[in-house]
Amino acid sequence: MAGTTLLDGGFTAPVFQSQAAFRLVMDAMAQPGRIVDLGHAVQPPAPLEPAAAAFLATLADYDTLVWFEDSGADTAASWLTFHTGAAVTRDPSMASYAVLSQNSPVSSWRNFAMGSLSYPDRSATLLLPVESLRDGTPLTVRGPGIETVAVISPRGLPDGFTETMAINVARFPQGFDLLMTCGSELLALPRTTRLVET
Amino acid sequence: MRNPSLPAYNFAYLDEQTKRMIRRAILKAIAIPGYQVPFASREMPMPYGWGTGGVQVTASILGPDDVLKVIDQGADDTTNAVSIRAFFAKVANVATTTRTADATIIQTRHRIPETPLAHGQIIVYQVPIPEPLRFLEPRETETRVMHALEEYGLVHVKLYEDIAQHGHIATTYAYPVKVEGRYVMDPSPIPKFDNPKMHRSPALQLFGAGREKRIYALPPFTDVVSLDFEDHPFTVQRFEARCALCNAQEVYLDEVITDDRGGRMFVCSDTDYCETRRSKGSQVGGLPQHGAAKADWEAAE
Ligand SMILES: [Zn+2]
Repeated sequence: MAGTTLLDGGFTAPVFQSQAAFRLVMDAMAQPGRIVDLGHAVQPPAPLEPAAAAFLATLADYDTLVWFEDSGADTAASWLTFHTGAAVTRDPSMASYAVLSQNSPVSSWRNFAMGSLSYPDRSATLLLPVESLRDGTPLTVRGPGIETVAVISPRGLPDGFTETMAINVARFPQGFDLLMTCGSELLALPRTTRLVET
Repeated sequence: MRNPSLPAYNFAYLDEQTKRMIRRAILKAIAIPGYQVPFASREMPMPYGWGTGGVQVTASILGPDDVLKVIDQGADDTTNAVSIRAFFAKVANVATTTRTADATIIQTRHRIPETPLAHGQIIVYQVPIPEPLRFLEPRETETRVMHALEEYGLVHVKLYEDIAQHGHIATTYAYPVKVEGRYVMDPSPIPKFDNPKMHRSPALQLFGAGREKRIYALPPFTDVVSLDFEDHPFTVQRFEARCALCNAQEVYLDEVITDDRGGRMFVCSDTDYCETRRSKGSQVGGLPQHGAAKADWEAAE
């Protein structure tokens, strides 16, 4: 349900809608694996989905660069810039937020900012769309934010995903943080979260 | 065009660009537990000593459905707590409470409530000096390298000097902790009595330092271990007395002067905890009411 023009489809009550979206994103980040629903407060052009678009509408602005993996995302990029002020970059290493495509080749993820040992916060957050957050192969996750273990069941993960995430965890405190999205829903796997295939 | 009947400030006071910047810092802080994320602290309509870092964090997360509690040294009724609560009631029209269990967000200076925090609650600490290594190494460039390389020997040396000098670790507040086996973190000037409450707390813990421009965080269920030595394990303060008002034990007590002839008693530092116990009938008869001048023996911010 894309907006009819670039001017449409943003938050209609940005102060309160972005606050509500942020609290859900913060909940997701503080409880890795927990699925939150950001709703349909924004209607972005493809390939942006509602959850990724709500996240970017909440957190991106002219202090953050956004990178799109999909080379046909010009309309979505223009929409994002109009509604947030965020500029789009072609250089993945410069991106604060990376909008990945389904089945994104994980070997390219090493190009994103991982921060430094002194400033590990200067690192990218990846938005990875998947076919489903609920009916895929179960993966057990552990780490801060999780009382014992949690189980996530995403479907449509890229090849080599669990190996790449294991390398990312081993890189701590450097690394990227990953948000998995499907439609209006999102779950977070910050760099502290360890995946165990079951 | 702004409606003249509307206030001249944004919801929760901060402008949206500042909130976004702080929200981005909070998410990175949660992703890197115990690491101090720099942020561009804003001037707030209150002095730095009043917890402007905590106020900015609270303002950036607060929504219209939240219920806010503000405490200072465990009490809801100090000038600092009352002012911050009134500030958010005005600029965010948010509901406030003194009941720990009813709050969705608790902003605090110097205590963690006695009532265990629950999953879904958020506690925001006001932090004067976020750098646990600052008293050992004044240079920010050096402390940043020490955190980067996990060079925490100096902290242990400081604690060990305590032992050599006093026979035990004399640090009683802002007692350093290690987070998930990685970052050494200042828990803010809470008494070390409260340190164990941070360990694997089901609540989300956020820390804001306004003057020093740092935000850090502990996600729920995060390992938080107070530094110690095998032959000198970490221990919390123990109080021989019970609360003179509600008879509680195993809680943090303040010494209160009851008259001008040197009369003293111990009462709960956590006023909500004490009042809740008394309302449930745990009264101790014939004693003065809470609210007498508190012995301010903990170092102030
Ligand atoms: Zn009491």
